[in-house]
Amino acid sequence: MKTTVSDTGIPPGPRSVKKKRTAQWKRNLPLHFMILPAGILLLVYNYFPLIGNIMAFQKFRPNEGFFGSKWVGLDNFKYVFSLPDTPGVIWNTFFIAVMKLIAGIVIPVIVALLLNEMRSVRYKRVLQTVVYFPHFLSWVILSGIMIDILSPSQGIIGRAFTALGLEPVFFLGDAGVFPYSMVFTESWKEFGFGTIVYLAALTGIDPNLYEAAEIDGANRWKQTLNITLPGLMPTVVLMTILAMGNVLNAGFDQIFNLYSPQVYSTGDILDTFVYRLGMVDAQYSVATAVGLFKSVVSFTMLVISYAVAYKYTDYRVF
Amino acid sequence: MRKKTKGMQVFAVVNYIFLTAIALTCLLPMLNLLAISFSASPAVSAGKVGLWPVNFTFESYEYMANKPEFFISLGVSGKRLLLGVPISMIVSVLAAYPLSRQNNEFKARKYYIWFFVVPMLFYGGLIPSYMVVRNTGLLDSIWALVLPCAINVFNIILLMNFFRSIPKEMEEAAAIDGAGHFSILLRIVLPVSAPVLATVLLFFIVNHWNAWFDGLIYMNTPANYPLQTYLQTQVVGQDLMASTTRDIRQIGNISDRTGKAAQVFLAAIPVLAVYPFLQKYFTTGIVMGSVKG
Repeated sequence: MKTTVSDTGIPPGPRSVKKKRTAQWKRNLPLHFMILPAGILLLVYNYFPLIGNIMAFQKFRPNEGFFGSKWVGLDNFKYVFSLPDTPGVIWNTFFIAVMKLIAGIVIPVIVALLLNEMRSVRYKRVLQTVVYFPHFLSWVILSGIMIDILSPSQGIIGRAFTALGLEPVFFLGDAGVFPYSMVFTESWKEFGFGTIVYLAALTGIDPNLYEAAEIDGANRWKQTLNITLPGLMPTVVLMTILAMGNVLNAGFDQIFNLYSPQVYSTGDILDTFVYRLGMVDAQYSVATAVGLFKSVVSFTMLVISYAVAYKYTDYRVF
Repeated sequence: MRKKTKGMQVFAVVNYIFLTAIALTCLLPMLNLLAISFSASPAVSAGKVGLWPVNFTFESYEYMANKPEFFISLGVSGKRLLLGVPISMIVSVLAAYPLSRQNNEFKARKYYIWFFVVPMLFYGGLIPSYMVVRNTGLLDSIWALVLPCAINVFNIILLMNFFRSIPKEMEEAAAIDGAGHFSILLRIVLPVSAPVLATVLLFFIVNHWNAWFDGLIYMNTPANYPLQTYLQTQVVGQDLMASTTRDIRQIGNISDRTGKAAQVFLAAIPVLAVYPFLQKYFTTGIVMGSVKG
């Protein structure tokens, strides 16, 4: 190994430091060029839109552009919050998102725990593969499937209900049922992903703990409560934090493809609302205002969840 | 040493059945769809089709074969993959390599990391993003499906973490021999990175294949729709009834449901076909991304 000036304990003189720095700078120049394409794309398609949120404070007209449109301050926000639909939309977003968050933790954890008890490694792998599969289908494809099978008169699930003598349920058409249908179908699609993560985490729990517990006479159930679940906590916390940043999204892809005007009262979320305001009604400024509101709330929730996690579990994402 | 109590045995059986049932629910909808697509429409409308076709027929697929829009959109998706995936891969690898350097080696790294992480925390919003795409002249162009989504910071982080785990000795040896960063990247880092490259490649392919919303908002002419966007307008957005009179005779024989089922199934085939073989890459990808933390 080359000895560097710093190794000798003598503080480096100004000239050798400068030489070293320029040498390093020259050497690293290619690195900057490498990052450049990604940096530019990020700048244009991620940072510029962030700046574009200025539209929320303007009465934006496309032909006047960002600099020509009139500044109206908080008027767009006031307008949106005065609309009768808005409180409902906000509530729906939170309700659906929180339910999805909870289901998105509980179901995969339970399935992972159950899978873990399975003896045959081969079959376990097969099951894992199968349940992970729906994650890779787009919501367009899944909506095509679900609109069909959930149809109370014609779909196999709908027919199964009538065959069992139950009242037909309008999973997608009944506003009362709709949010639960959304949570359920999303869980169905995504639980495989979480299951894999938790199964991997389970293998990281020290087997000696289990042995010690067994010697102490704990049965499998007690072991699960006292060893497995605490052992999974860090992973659960990580997954929850990652999900928190996303929470207000509440699943636009899914809801957009499965909703309809008759379920707007419980199914309309912030993103679908923004879509209709902006892309259909061309109320660009108002739609941007709603979007900005959502981003600010999302960010706040993210920060809070990081802070809470750090405080209570000593866990740091970065 | 483990005593197998009666309770444990019962549990094992019940567990087995329960998990199998859950796994089946992930498969059966596809089977139902397949069955519908091969069934005659009267049987479908009467609700007779379960997991097996009733009155087996190819008519819904024939109807589809005569619909050029499906194939045009398939072509658009193909173009999108051929253009978008290589671009995404190259740009991502080029970005991940510098980010994987040590902090003391590459002083600017801290700032770059923040630059890349911030967009993960804040999303610009639908309307502003649309405006930017519009103002960069990409509306109705294949580039609108390629450039805005080219960067996926999660994938870059995956690559970066893997690159960081490459033993320093290999790179140092090359550096001593006079290799610059490009050489190190091409000759040392990439050849050993096959697993992560395969994983990220698959993620990009799947995302491009499944993307439908960008096609919907950035494309103004239906001829420019990628496959999933076209599918969305057919299956979810509209009714089959909005077709020309030439089709009316065929429509009489095809119900909404069989036609839709055929199209949806065809769009799902690539993922269905490829998944069993490649799923281990998807799985390792998640594990790499999450457990490594």
